[in-house]
Amino acid sequence: MANFKLVLAIFDDEQPLLAAARRLKEKHIKVKDVFSPFPIHGIDGLIGVPRTRLAICAFIYGATGMSLALLMMWYMMLHDWQINIGGKPNFALYQNLPAFIPVTFESTVLCAAHLMFWTYAFRSKLLPGVVAATPDPRVTDNKFAMQVWATDQTEGEIQTILKETGASEIR
Amino acid sequence: MKYTVTKNNKMIAIIMMAVGVLAIAYGFMTNPNRQWANLLVDNFYFMAIALCGTFFVAVQYMAQAGWSAVVKRVPEAMGQFLPVSAVVMFIIFIFHGHDLYHWTHKELFDPASPEYDKIIAGKAGYLNTPFFLIRMVLCFGLWILFTRMFRKESIAEDLDSSFKHFDKSITLAAAFLVIFAVSSSTSAWDFLMSIDTHWFSTMFGWYTFAGLFVSGMSVTILLILYLKNKGYMQEVNENHLHDVGKFLFGFSIFWTYLWFCQFMLIWYANLPEEVYYFQERWEHGYKTLFILNFFINFIMPFLVLMARDTKRNKKFLFVGAAIVFCGHWLDVFLMVMPGTVKAEWGIGIIEIGTFLGFLGLFIWIVFHSLAKANVVPKHHPMLNESLRHHI
Repeated sequence: MANFKLVLAIFDDEQPLLAAARRLKEKHIKVKDVFSPFPIHGIDGLIGVPRTRLAICAFIYGATGMSLALLMMWYMMLHDWQINIGGKPNFALYQNLPAFIPVTFESTVLCAAHLMFWTYAFRSKLLPGVVAATPDPRVTDNKFAMQVWATDQTEGEIQTILKETGASEIR
Repeated sequence: MKYTVTKNNKMIAIIMMAVGVLAIAYGFMTNPNRQWANLLVDNFYFMAIALCGTFFVAVQYMAQAGWSAVVKRVPEAMGQFLPVSAVVMFIIFIFHGHDLYHWTHKELFDPASPEYDKIIAGKAGYLNTPFFLIRMVLCFGLWILFTRMFRKESIAEDLDSSFKHFDKSITLAAAFLVIFAVSSSTSAWDFLMSIDTHWFSTMFGWYTFAGLFVSGMSVTILLILYLKNKGYMQEVNENHLHDVGKFLFGFSIFWTYLWFCQFMLIWYANLPEEVYYFQERWEHGYKTLFILNFFINFIMPFLVLMARDTKRNKKFLFVGAAIVFCGHWLDVFLMVMPGTVKAEWGIGIIEIGTFLGFLGLFIWIVFHSLAKANVVPKHHPMLNESLRHHI
């Protein structure tokens, strides 16, 4: 098993970084991560970031919110204490459903949005009190950083590629 | 590249039109009342689709949208159907308006008559034949005028690469959108809501607009997919399909939102003068269609088009658009029939035949206007951005 070490390259612009990512991909060298002050279009495919599964989470959270709201209203309005409002049928959920839709909708959106936010924050390690995992504080301002996995054999090649594509610093 | 109308296209369109003419003739012989109401359904539906074409083009110019430059010839061609719907609408109103629209009866407004209706008489300022005709002329006149002006600028742009056509189109779009905002509501009140003369809903203009936009988008998608399948519009890739798919998906939900708001408030308040609109749609066997309308126009597109991959897949997108295209015909059917023919309704040879007839005419006109200009515009300033569109 070869010894892996991280090579950190700092770029001044996103285009050289994209070029470096493209060349590393051709050589089948694994990029660990890229840090950038703004989203770089098309970088996901180059550094092998898998498609986000946040949409699946959103569906599950939405379905949870919907079920919770219906359960709550069924319990309050139909099971525990039946209330006759405006002479509406009040003995079955399906007969009363139109009146329950607005609350159900709101609860679905509330659960989906909030839980998605917290899931995203948790997965991106952005929760309060967590120390930011940026390799260099300048990536939040004007620099672009790329972390590449290197072994003793590939390190030289990686250094060359990064230098040729215009990395301003390599560590 | 220009589209060439194939023999097959022409033949299918002619067969459909022939079926339509036969069905209309058969309808007039057996049940003229139902046939006239049916003509109103189909004509309004295809008018909405054509109008959506022009509206879509205007919105794209107004927003200076980049992605849509490659697809814009399709909605532009759809708009060319508007003159036909204007003619048919005038025929319907002049020859059968008296039976379709209750408010055209003069005695309702006469206090001495036993037929006097205080509520309808109170609407005399808006619902009277001269003003109705003026509105009709104004609406159709302006829609057709703007459709032609957009088309003229767009074709002129293909010939010389100057920016002035784009700039002028933006000005036109700003003016058209203001006119459309008013006329889409008034035309919905005029052609559909005034059938149930006593009834009114402040959601109705929006509700009809949502239906208009979503059915127009479904036809745009079907046309794009057809052209792509025939080897035209290869520049349109899955990213553009994703965007039109998002429009179809999003506006299906928007339509449901308005449909439900209108229904829920009236159902909940349960006031006799409002609730009878839905009572009409609950009786005479409309109940199944009324519930089906919700499933076919909300649940089906929602489930088919929710995932990103389905919006980028031609087959799924085709299924979604085809469902919506049929579903919104049913929506217009349910807006017209219960108020006009009540229990006499049916979906049979007459309805399907007339629909096919209109579809044939629509295909004939849209395909011929597609053939008159390049399928993908040439010197559109946003074209380069559109070709590189990636999401």
